[in-house]
Amino acid sequence: MSDSAHPIEVVVNGERHESVVLGRQLLVHYLRETLGLKGTHIGCDSGNCGACTVIVDGKAVKSCMQLAAQADGREIETVESLSEPLGPPDRLQASFTRHHALQCGYCTPGMLMSATALLREQEAPGEDEIRRGLKGNICRCTGYVNIVRAVQDVAGTLPENYDGHTA
Amino acid sequence: MSVTRIETWQSPATRPASVGQSIPRKEDGRLLKGQGQFADDVWMHRMGHVHFVRSPYAHAEIVDVDVSKALAVEGVYATLTGEEVRQLTDRYTQIAPEPGGRAKDFAMAVGKVRYQGEPVAAVLAESRELARDAAALVEVEYARLPHVLEAVQAADDESPRIHTEMGSNVGWHGVYDFGDVDWALERADHVVRIPRLHFHRFSSTPLECNAAVVHWDPGTGTIQIDSNNQMPQFAALFMAPALGVRSDQLMFRSQDIGGAFGLKLTSYTYLTALALLSRKAGRPAKWTEYRHEHLIGSCHGNERTFLDIEVPVMADGEILGFKANALDDVGAFMRYEPLGGVIFSQVLPGCYRFKHLQVDYKSVVTNKTPVGPNRGYSRLQHLWLVERIVDLVAAELRFDPVELRKRNYVRPEEFPYTTPNGCVYDSGNYHAMLDRALELVDAPRWRAAQQAAEGTGKRIGIGIGSTLDSGTSNFGQARIINKNLPFSGNGEAAICKIDLQGEISVALGTVPQGQSHETTTAQVVADVLGVTPGEVLVRPGADSARNAYVAFSGTYASQFAVTGIGAALGAAERVKADLLTVAAAVLESTPDELLLVGGTVSVEGDEDRALTFAEIANYVYANQGALPPEVADAVTLNHRHVYRAPFGVPDWKSKSGSLTLTYASQIHVCVVEIDEETGQTRILDYSAVDECGTPINPQVVEGQVHGAAAHGIAAALQETLDYDEDGQLLNGTFWDYHVVSCPDTPMFKTDNLPCPSPFTPTGSKGMGEGGGAPLHAVCSALQDALRDTGAVVTDSHNPTERVWRLLNGDERAADGGRGITVTSR
Repeated sequence: MSDSAHPIEVVVNGERHESVVLGRQLLVHYLRETLGLKGTHIGCDSGNCGACTVIVDGKAVKSCMQLAAQADGREIETVESLSEPLGPPDRLQASFTRHHALQCGYCTPGMLMSATALLREQEAPGEDEIRRGLKGNICRCTGYVNIVRAVQDVAGTLPENYDGHTA
Repeated sequence: MSVTRIETWQSPATRPASVGQSIPRKEDGRLLKGQGQFADDVWMHRMGHVHFVRSPYAHAEIVDVDVSKALAVEGVYATLTGEEVRQLTDRYTQIAPEPGGRAKDFAMAVGKVRYQGEPVAAVLAESRELARDAAALVEVEYARLPHVLEAVQAADDESPRIHTEMGSNVGWHGVYDFGDVDWALERADHVVRIPRLHFHRFSSTPLECNAAVVHWDPGTGTIQIDSNNQMPQFAALFMAPALGVRSDQLMFRSQDIGGAFGLKLTSYTYLTALALLSRKAGRPAKWTEYRHEHLIGSCHGNERTFLDIEVPVMADGEILGFKANALDDVGAFMRYEPLGGVIFSQVLPGCYRFKHLQVDYKSVVTNKTPVGPNRGYSRLQHLWLVERIVDLVAAELRFDPVELRKRNYVRPEEFPYTTPNGCVYDSGNYHAMLDRALELVDAPRWRAAQQAAEGTGKRIGIGIGSTLDSGTSNFGQARIINKNLPFSGNGEAAICKIDLQGEISVALGTVPQGQSHETTTAQVVADVLGVTPGEVLVRPGADSARNAYVAFSGTYASQFAVTGIGAALGAAERVKADLLTVAAAVLESTPDELLLVGGTVSVEGDEDRALTFAEIANYVYANQGALPPEVADAVTLNHRHVYRAPFGVPDWKSKSGSLTLTYASQIHVCVVEIDEETGQTRILDYSAVDECGTPINPQVVEGQVHGAAAHGIAAALQETLDYDEDGQLLNGTFWDYHVVSCPDTPMFKTDNLPCPSPFTPTGSKGMGEGGGAPLHAVCSALQDALRDTGAVVTDSHNPTERVWRLLNGDERAADGGRGITVTSR
């Protein structure tokens, strides 16, 4: 039951970390357990649910589908990077509150990271682009409606006649 | 004494009440920043990690379990086998009377395994990975037994017995018989007979799996349970006798829970095993379920087969009632069951004025994963039956489904309406809700589109789902199942406190899992104490040490807006009375002259005579000598209040009585498009109109309507838990269990038509489960799309393949539904 050890050097939320990780350690476990960044969650262990989504070198990645060793030399952003721990929320986080885009909050960090990556890649994604962009993130509470609206609000693509209920 | 009321910006007369406002949620700040604390986030010094060894077979004798190779691995702290569990614990109490109550039910398999995924042994080791590796070294020898996977077959006396001590696989059997259905069948102008309908097995799969750290502290005897169990005191009722400990040794804690939907009620079996491992190893035992384990080894929603349905209908469309046999597949253990066998009867006639009802109900064990309460528990299966009946009557007798519903709905002027089995529907207006739901989708537009689509290879269908979300259960209904159970009524506890410097806090027993209790409780308490919700700290999560609980505390059965809010209101009122008592003594006034405004108590009309909450708190906590002794002795600023729902004990003999306090309702309209070539179904438009009394926070209510709608649509079209002939679950991961994703849900059009409940503290009704309306509405829309093909929607689950088979006349899909007959006088 021996496991190989790998030295890695990663930048996480702007901070450089040098670690020795076991060969089988998943990136999500490295973030949660080694670095104590517990905002990144685990919901399925199979790459379907997206609760573990982080941004690696600018791309949204499911951190349960990568080994910690693969993160060597990379730059990682987690939900903890979006705003200061005691500071105001960022634009997307504030929009999530305004539109009631979270209930239990378990999917929320992954959802925010996927949406953040999407909003960087596309200038003003509309409803369909946002739905496709968030396809890899499962939410079991909201039925997605308010999440899509919250992202549209930041993207500036809410329908003109949107009244919060029916449009 | 007369007083002059001074209107200022903060006077209660002008300051808007917080209740009824969509204020932003208090929970959001930490959850958005990744600062929530979920069960898997809890780590303890010296803890070990647990991995369960699970049965690969549906039914097998356990010949031998050998853990020696696992124990020999360095870093393995302890193992646990079913045989040890049998020696160390008593079997769990069963809710079922005999014969179901005879089942030997333990935390792990004892003697034999009864479903694929049942835990057989467990390993505690220094890391998650090591525990998993060592678990692979546990050798289990099985001798396979014949299995049975389907309730109708399992109910047959010739089928393999799952619990030999039960003598049969039927764990509970009862007949609900109201009015005179045989007379109605004789008198009716038409009798519609439906041979079989089937409600499928699925699960709302909370995104966070079960997880816990259990520490049996040898010094104090405390068993600390940091978990996401959603009903800890209920768990304690099972765990304490099994473990042979005092119930107050079991100390439950949680902060944030990542959804539960009822399914995290049954984790007490795993918590028991973790407690045993912790005691054995002298270390905290941590376990976080893998998704695969959650799907095979936690619990599923109830599957139900309805046979021999007979519906008496008059020529003018009046449906007199119905008769049906229901066989509920509860999986391998009764456990929480057979409560489903009475809970469905809260909504026996659905939204309708049916007078003659007979349901013969059996809870049947099978070699599948046990069931647990899943959003809409036991009512949604029954309400789906009722809506299928109404739609099939409409289709067979050529009634307009809208008019047929309106002809039979309970009428607005009839509320409070007593059903034939003694349940009281508190308020509602189903007719107006249906009109509004049709208006929201612009139904005439879709009727035109439906005609225009004919011959294009696409079929459009419009469907209706009318449903009830009964809330605040009377636990006395358990006596209808088992007359010896000493349960009745329902309640919830809350503690409201003003602390050293005037700070207001509330502790709840409700164990929320995303339902915004911190926010809505703060709104209600703020209004009582004349402050803003921001000034009310609602302690997150649950903690036995706060003592804010009763036996049935928790968030389930759509009850928080009644029980939780009722408890918080009562506790806040008591604190308010203390504030007034102290202020009256210090200000030399009387409580009825005083006003609570902006964190001060002042004499109405003489606002210079005022005390801040901080000043009052100082008198109570630090300056008691300055108060008259009779005042100092009477006040605490710290009150526990138990809300008691106004229930009596239902009559177990007649199976009738007031089983639930409130009846929120939902009417959904769904428009689907079927591709004739492939059977693929697309939702083109969707409206959901809900009624839940006075909404405390409309945005929160609407959010839960969205969530329930998504669950229902997903269940109707893509989520199912199917077994192959060997009893292997075919949907054991999220690759095979097709959870609804962002592109799958429509933009729901919603509205809320409040009819305040006359029975509750704020006029609010519990809501959130949703009553499965989309299952009814999607099936109804599919039926409409398939009109004139002879196909009958007889299953609650209709994925692309089944729709294609329905269109192409395949008998397997029709599932016997084609045998629908109509006898007319």
